[in-house]
Amino acid sequence: MVTPKAPTSNQSEIPCIGTMNLGLTIRGSTLLNDISIQVTTPGVTMILGPNGAGKSLLIKCLHGLIAPTRGRFEIGLHQRGKTIPQAMVFQKPVLLRRSVIDNLQFADRHSHQREALERALEAVSLLEKKDQPATQLSGGEQQRLSLARALITKPKLLFLDEPTASLDPASVLIIEQLIKQASQQGVKSVFISHDIGQAKRLGSDVIFLNRGQVIEHTDAATFFTNPHSREAKAYLDGEIVL
Amino acid sequence: MPDSAFLEAFGLIATANADLYEILWLSVQVSITALLISVFLGFPIGTTLAILDFRGKNLCTTLLNALMGLPPVVVGLLVYLALSRSGPFGVLGLLYTPTAMVIAQVVLITPIIAALTYQVMDDLHREYRELFLSLNIQLPKAISTYLWDARYSLITTVLAGFGRAISEVGAVMIVGGNIDHLTRVMTTAIALETSKGELAIALALGVVLLTLALIVNGLVTAVRTRARKYGYT
Ligand SMILES: Nc1ncnc2c1ncn2[C@@H]1O[C@H](COP(=O)(O)OP(=O)(O)OP(=O)(O)O)[C@@H](O)[C@H]1O
Ligand SMILES: [Mg+2]
Repeated sequence: MVTPKAPTSNQSEIPCIGTMNLGLTIRGSTLLNDISIQVTTPGVTMILGPNGAGKSLLIKCLHGLIAPTRGRFEIGLHQRGKTIPQAMVFQKPVLLRRSVIDNLQFADRHSHQREALERALEAVSLLEKKDQPATQLSGGEQQRLSLARALITKPKLLFLDEPTASLDPASVLIIEQLIKQASQQGVKSVFISHDIGQAKRLGSDVIFLNRGQVIEHTDAATFFTNPHSREAKAYLDGEIVL
Repeated sequence: MPDSAFLEAFGLIATANADLYEILWLSVQVSITALLISVFLGFPIGTTLAILDFRGKNLCTTLLNALMGLPPVVVGLLVYLALSRSGPFGVLGLLYTPTAMVIAQVVLITPIIAALTYQVMDDLHREYRELFLSLNIQLPKAISTYLWDARYSLITTVLAGFGRAISEVGAVMIVGGNIDHLTRVMTTAIALETSKGELAIALALGVVLLTLALIVNGLVTAVRTRARKYGYT
């Protein structure tokens, strides 16, 4: 008798993202323009770019929260025909008006035991606060809870919109560790950040966005040592991109 | 003279005057019944308006807000016309019954409950919409979440509706007729007794009504304080 092999997270399980001339126009202003990217690598894809570049809008489109007005996109496994569980951590945390642990439970599709929920809180150092009203957490704590909530849904594809924007240095490292861990378990992350150091620590490839357009999409090593575009150079040098 | 009226009024309350308590009891019955029906109608109307996107939504909310300000006397008149013998519902013979008063109060406070519910739910929906999409939350669960997360505001809304119903006089006077032992409620009794010069009984009813209003207001404050304490406003 042959025992079936346990599924392993090999290359074919990594979700990939492809867009074709994706565009978004709201009330006459073009916010995303002609975006064509292929993301096929595992690990963390960083999205960088100045304020208002359209980073949040792009991942909201990809996550299915906003319908693009032009072009199309596809999210799939290399092996086709499966829908992929996705999750998103919003730039501005949205928490329900209930306790910290109840917020986690609300998102839990897998009916975890209470201990599992508590472990998830422990992972973002929120265990002592589990019975507090979530809306009374500090900004950084709310972000950590948002991440725990996204992870509890066991996504294969994780969109992160500046999840460490208001965290202290220690918390940033905790979060980065969690995301690396998820990566190792086969979770693909798309991560928006303004923190160049963080992008270097986490990114396998970088999408640089400016004024609604993809200026470049290269592997992280190249991007940080030898960016192709003038805009990316200026951005990395801390000059304002106009 | 007024002094003795005050004393007499408290005497009536203290000795649990049967007429007085009959009137109080009817008032509460009518208003609570109307309130329950209005909540049953107003919650779904407000919630649906907040969650669904359809053409004419703005018109609906504008209309609702306008209905909120309906003058009670006009509502009374309209319900009267509908229920009077020659009106469309005349055959039911409801005019000058407590049921007629309930109907008038329902017409008065349903728009209030619906409009306030809409405001609360609309705010929540704007806040939660993308999250619920992201988490793939289905509509029934979304609605129950809205109701639960808006619980403090909704309780306040219900209390506001009750306050409006119990203290309203114009509409119930017209459709109820202020008939002794049948449709006489606190507000109509106060109006009648005052005009007859029976100040003691009017004052006694006034004190009871005022107490009720204070209790409702106290509850509203308590609910608000609790909501604020948890950051759920
Ligand atoms: N619903 C909307 N309607 C109209 N314009 C919008 C809407 N949402 C965003 N925008 C505009 O689109 C542009 C891009 O917004 P987006 O939130 O994607 O920026 P971002 O790159 O995430 O910036 P930041 O780094 O500040 O978060 C902004 O100029 C913003 O004003
Ligand atoms: Mg953004």
